[in-house]
Order: sequence, then C-alpha cells, then structure tokens
Amino acid sequence: MTETVLRIEHVGVQFGGLVAISDMNFDVGQGEIVSLIGPNGAGKTTAFNVMTGFLAPTKGAVKYCGRDLRGLKPHEIADLGLIRTFQRTSVFPNDTVFDNVLIGLHRQSKLGLLAAILRLPGARASELAVRERAAELVRLVGLEARSHELAGSLSYGEQRLVGVALALAAQPKMLLMDEPVSGMNASETHTFVQLIRRIRDSGVTILLVEHDMPMVMSVSDRIVVLNYGRIIAEGPPEEIRTNPAVIEAYLGQSAKDVVKEVAAHA
Amino acid sequence: MTRVFSLVTLAFFASVPLWLKDPYLLNALITTGIFIIGAMSMNLLLGFTGQLSLGHIAFFGIGAYVSALTSLGYDVPIVGDFHIVHTPWPPIAGFALAVVISGLCGYLVGKLSFRVRGAYFVIVTISFAEVVRLVALNWVELTQGPLALTNIPSITIGLPYLGYLTLKTKLQNYYLVLAVAAVAYFLISRLVHSHYGRAMRGLMENETLAVSVGIDVTKALTLTAIISAAIAGAAGSLYAHYIRIIDPEVFAFISTVTMVIMVVSGGKGSLAGPVVGGVIFGLLPVLLRPVMAPEAQWITYGLVLIAILFVLPRGIVPALAPKLGFGRQPVKPKPVVVTELTAKEHA
Repeated sequence: MTETVLRIEHVGVQFGGLVAISDMNFDVGQGEIVSLIGPNGAGKTTAFNVMTGFLAPTKGAVKYCGRDLRGLKPHEIADLGLIRTFQRTSVFPNDTVFDNVLIGLHRQSKLGLLAAILRLPGARASELAVRERAAELVRLVGLEARSHELAGSLSYGEQRLVGVALALAAQPKMLLMDEPVSGMNASETHTFVQLIRRIRDSGVTILLVEHDMPMVMSVSDRIVVLNYGRIIAEGPPEEIRTNPAVIEAYLGQSAKDVVKEVAAHA
Repeated sequence: MTRVFSLVTLAFFASVPLWLKDPYLLNALITTGIFIIGAMSMNLLLGFTGQLSLGHIAFFGIGAYVSALTSLGYDVPIVGDFHIVHTPWPPIAGFALAVVISGLCGYLVGKLSFRVRGAYFVIVTISFAEVVRLVALNWVELTQGPLALTNIPSITIGLPYLGYLTLKTKLQNYYLVLAVAAVAYFLISRLVHSHYGRAMRGLMENETLAVSVGIDVTKALTLTAIISAAIAGAAGSLYAHYIRIIDPEVFAFISTVTMVIMVVSGGKGSLAGPVVGGVIFGLLPVLLRPVMAPEAQWITYGLVLIAILFVLPRGIVPALAPKLGFGRQPVKPKPVVVTELTAKEHA
C-alpha cells in the first residue's frame, strides 16, 4: 500500500435538518487517480467543499498528509498543496489565458511588497521565472494558440483547461477536480484523459468527481460510489461496473434484475 | 508606448505654469491636483479590488488634521490635570505622519470590514467618515471644532546646496502637488502590475477561484486599503498646508462623491482614469463659473457626467485607450481550426 495522502474520516455534513453527507470514510493514496461518483445530489460537490475548507464538516475530519484540516481557511489549505478546480466558475473571465495562469502563480511569487514596487534586482528575475512557468503551463494544457485571448471568450471545454492550468500553477501535491469534462465533446474528453494521466505521472495525486462514466472507467485506479450521502461501494473500475448496489443506485431496483438477466444470457 | 505617453503627460503638466499665468486658474489646478491624488487612491480600491470606499474623504481629512496639528502643536487636557502637549514640528514631519496615520486607519477599517464585503464595506466606510467628522467637530480642545485650525504653516523642504525652501507661492505648490501626484501614480502603477496587483484582480473577478489557488483575501484587501488610505492622507496633508486653514468641512460627503465621479467618469481600473476624470470634473466648475449662473453650472456639471457615462459606460480611458493604441487591446477571436476532428475522419 502506498502512502496515504488524503484521509476522509467519518465525515458528515448537515445543512440544518438536511443530511448532505451522513458518513463518508475513504483514503486516497499517493499517485492514485480516484473517482468519486454518484447520482445527482449524492453529496459529491459537498464532499469537495469540505476537503478544501470552503465548508466545515458537522462531524469527522479530513486529514491531508497526516494533518487535520479543521479550522484552516481555503487559501491556507491551498498553501499546503491541496488544490481544487471548479464545476462552473473555473476562470478569471476578463483576463487573458496567460494572465489567468499568472494569477494562479501568485503563491509562487514570494516577493516582498517593497521589492515588487521598487523592482529590486530579485524582482525582475522572479517575474521572469513566473512568466516562463506560466507559458509552460499554457503549453501543457494545449492552449498556447489562445494564450492572449480573454478567458471568458473561450469555449466551455477550453475554459476547463484554463481551470486546470490555474490549479497546476498553484503547485498541487493533490488535485481535486469537480466534473472536469462536463461540456466537453468526445475528442476533447479523450485529450483531457491523457492530460490527467500526464499530471498524475508528474507526481500529483488526483481525486475526480465526474458524471461521464466511460471517462471515469478508463482513467480511474479506484472508484468510490456515493449515494444519499453515504458510500455504497469502493473498488477498481471493473468491480464497480458489476456491483449490484451501484447499478441499483444509478438505474433503480428493477434494473438490477434486468442486468442479472443480461449477465446470465451473456 | 504607455511609458512614453506618461512622461509626455508629466512634461505637459510641468509646462503648464510656464504659459498659464492666471493665479486663479493655477489655484484651481492645485486643488484639482490634490483631489486627483485622492481619486487615484480611491481608484486603487474601487478599480482594482472592486471595493467602494464611500468614506474615502475620512483618510484625506485625517491626513489634513494630523499634518496640521503636527505642525501647529497642541495642548489637550485628557483627564484632570493630565495634558498631552505637543510642540510644533516642521510641516514635512506632519506630511510623513499624515501618511502613516491615514495608512493605519486604512488598516483598521480594512481589517474590520473586509470580513464582510461589498455593501457592508460601503456602510462601514461612510460611518467611519461620519464618526471622524463628528470628532473633528466636537473635540474643540484639539481641533478648534468649527472655529477651524488656522495659520497652518506652508511646507518647507530641505534642498541640497539650496538650503531650506518654504513653498509659499502657487507656482511652488503646483510643482509640489505635481511631484506627489507623479510619485503616487508611479507607486500605484508598480503595485497593480506586480503579483500583488494580479491577486487583487483575481479577487475582483472570481473570489472563490482566487482563494482556491492560495490567494489570501483579507491580506490582499487590507494591504490595498492601507496603501490607498496612506495616499489619500498624503493628499490631505498637501491640502492643509496649501489652503492653510481646515475645518470639519474637509470631511464633507460631497468630496467623496466628487472623487467617485472623477474615478468612474475617467474609468475605474485604469491608471490614467482618475487623472482624466479629475481634470474634467475638477476644472469644469472653474470654467463654467464666468459664463453661467450658479444653478446652470451645476446642471451642466450633471449633464456632462450623464453624457459621459451614457456614451462611455466604462469610463473615458478604457473606451478610448485601445483606439489610440494603449493598454490591453481586446483580442479579436481567431477562427477555430478543428484539426483534431478532421484528422480523425481521415484516419
């Protein structure tokens, strides 16, 4: 077993009387690609918000590299290298793609205020390094042709790529992606899967929330299935594919029998 | 290009007293210049972080009072026989103190109100300005209240080889204001082009996303508020030592509104915006005065403002700069080439 990066320990979230997550308990190991799936309203985005400090859990704890994240602000969690992307608002719309990534690189510029204003010798070098890194990241996600266009003018799929470049700019050790391929066509999704693999190969652990099942099945090492705020299954894709509880959650009770029947005839 | 233009503009402003000899107009230019510095500081908050400080004049007024009191000295009873006595310091020390103390007030207001932003920040700043005005009005032992602080000394600066120079004439004060304005412009420009400026822009456009990549909201906004307030304080100090008499009216709400008009008409979020808007709305009343009745002046003032915002809703500079070849140009969308799909079809 590899080293555990993220440990979700019996996390529960309640909004007043509404239970969004009742009891969630799973680990993500170093270098894994894990997907969190489940029908709409299963609590996936809520889980993300808890992990990244946008929401405090009602009970339980999130531990990242052995450290309890309770009480940390979102930007402090980002400082630890746990970075997320968003479902919808993934870019700074009025800035160019390049400037978007530059904003994402904020954490990398450790320049003091005075040094930045007076442009001391270190400032120029630091700014150059940051710009170089930004160009590199834009290339990595394949948007160099769009580098100087306003991020808000890009297509939905391309904005997702900007979101990923932004997240990568913050130097993640672990990346949480919220429905990264929704709104992408098949060929864009295919390219995106390769990008995810490349990011993982560079040493970044990845947790995905996604609805696109073929994509989830092809990219994940492990899948965690959530329904009504609790985990109903966990395992490698081939196991999840045939798990009766999962099929029931997605297709309903009667479908389970249909699937069994189909399996029997196959 | 932009830098050359800035220098040409600076040279132009520096040349004004050479051909403009009318002391009345020069006086108008000086007070306008002081308000432009205030407007620039407001633009730093409003245009680059999106926070509207509707009590911005408080920082200006605090700067004016701190500077005036430092150079005048005071003797204030606190409790019983305990007095705080201050002997006059040179006005330049007052200027420095004005910057520091206004900046400190910016820190306090920022720290308090940036937990809740937007409308709440507007309310906190308005209240802050009103409280400070009431203090200035009622703490008579310190501020003379409505009787005003009078005989505020002019600023004296030490020049190498020239000894000390007291800036008494309009000409000297014009160049002093111009120099401070240039420094403020330079500071703001460097700040917004640094990674701090990028953090501010990120926060304004999409706060959740900015936070998610590790930008500390409170820190970035508080820092901006400090710098903005400090610059406003510097403007206030210049005002006190130029006009040489200040009363609690320096905290008037209308002055903040004037700054907002300068910033919004010129173009918030553009460096030159407050300067352009400031020149127009600072000098407009002066130019209208000889030709119109007072009522007509204010109506014209309002009409000009409405006309500008109707035709150029984003302000003069953001609308015109790209046409003249300055600043960030909107990039025309390129035709999308679908190489990937066609390649697949042929495969």
